[in-house]
Amino acid sequence: MYGNADIDPNLKIHSIVADEDPIKLAAFEARIAAADKIEPRDWMPKEYRRQLIRMIEQHAHSEIIGALPEGTWITRAPGFRRKLALMAKVQDEVGHAQLLYSAAETLGKTREAMINDLISGKSKYSNIFNYPAPTWADSAVIAWLVDAGAIINQTTNAKGSYGPYVRALERICYEESFHLKYGHDNVVHLATGTAVQRISVQKAINRWWPPLMHFFGPPDSISEHSVILMRWKVKMASNEDMRQQFMDMYVPKIWDLGLTLPDPKLSKNKETGLWEYTEPDWAEFKRVINGDGPCNKERLAVRKMAEEKGRWVRHALLRKDAEYVTPLA
Amino acid sequence: MIESLDPRITREEIDENSVFSDLKELDQFETYEVFHQKKRGQQHSHVGIVHAPNAEMALLYAKEQFARRGQTCNLWVVKTQHVFATDYDDSDIFETTEEKIYRDPGTYKVMDRIKAYKEKNNLS
Repeated sequence: MYGNADIDPNLKIHSIVADEDPIKLAAFEARIAAADKIEPRDWMPKEYRRQLIRMIEQHAHSEIIGALPEGTWITRAPGFRRKLALMAKVQDEVGHAQLLYSAAETLGKTREAMINDLISGKSKYSNIFNYPAPTWADSAVIAWLVDAGAIINQTTNAKGSYGPYVRALERICYEESFHLKYGHDNVVHLATGTAVQRISVQKAINRWWPPLMHFFGPPDSISEHSVILMRWKVKMASNEDMRQQFMDMYVPKIWDLGLTLPDPKLSKNKETGLWEYTEPDWAEFKRVINGDGPCNKERLAVRKMAEEKGRWVRHALLRKDAEYVTPLA
Repeated sequence: MIESLDPRITREEIDENSVFSDLKELDQFETYEVFHQKKRGQQHSHVGIVHAPNAEMALLYAKEQFARRGQTCNLWVVKTQHVFATDYDDSDIFETTEEKIYRDPGTYKVMDRIKAYKEKNNLS
């Protein structure tokens, strides 16, 4: 559900490309400037490969972990139709993880290594999935607004330069459009329902607003590193640009339902065309990313259990002549 | 023990402190390249990969992964190691294709010659 390149403000262009072949680097950059795609077996700078693995892998982990907070509500979804739709959505999220793991694999990191790094905590996933979904209304708000944020992120990244990631994202975006409609339908149902239903959806929005404001990450520092990642079309938009786009598209839709957002400063500045808001608590964001959120332990424990309990089945199926080859595309 | 909002997870009685032994190579199996045909009469196109222990399961996963939406009438899977590909660095081998205009029917202009011949010999 989420992936954007992280930027180290201290990395200098010189150190990023210092030991790259200047002729190959120039050809690589010319290809990207001509809006051509990079394919797995092409020459690429080490930092391009490193950032893409990190970003696509984190995105894959976010999909597979992101299935958990919503999966909570499958057994208790109100009505059979919503249960079927929620199961389909959760299956999509796991399928998206598979597509993204495959795209990352083409860059030379195996799926086993990525799963190991997820479980050991070495690789991260989107922070928003470290929060619980205590009511059905939370699952509705996740399906609408978290997926809305993800779609903004993914349609932006789908214009990037790495072929396998772009192809995976195109399929993902197509499938996620159902998630958004499904989530909106659920939120509208509650918001136009009984007083109790309206209160439940308002409370869920209040709970999810701070993590949603964290969703796109802290504003990027303008650094040489960010300039080069943009030039290589690894990072396609700044975190703040995507946050502004999200607010532009969804704040009016939330207000339109007569719901409120828990930020008294939130308003659009007519002169600048930008949204003004209370600065999110970035210390909390860092604390939760580093393991101290309400659900971090549970999320990783469930993932670990799934890998461990399935292990004997996978071993029983493994053939002696099996041989791993990096995927082609 | 993990106490979750999800009763299914609580029932599993997960020990959060259990030590995870890293997945070894091939734990997730080999990969198969998946080819998808939308309708009879159309071509199969490459759509991605699945990890699977054998071809039958690769087809099953391919159905779940690439045929959840829209139309599908047929799927192929091929072990990645059985696909042989040209090198992108050698793509200049295809460059002269466009110059080979003698393969283009539009470059054959016999009517001009027929017309000239007829005019010269007064054959209307």
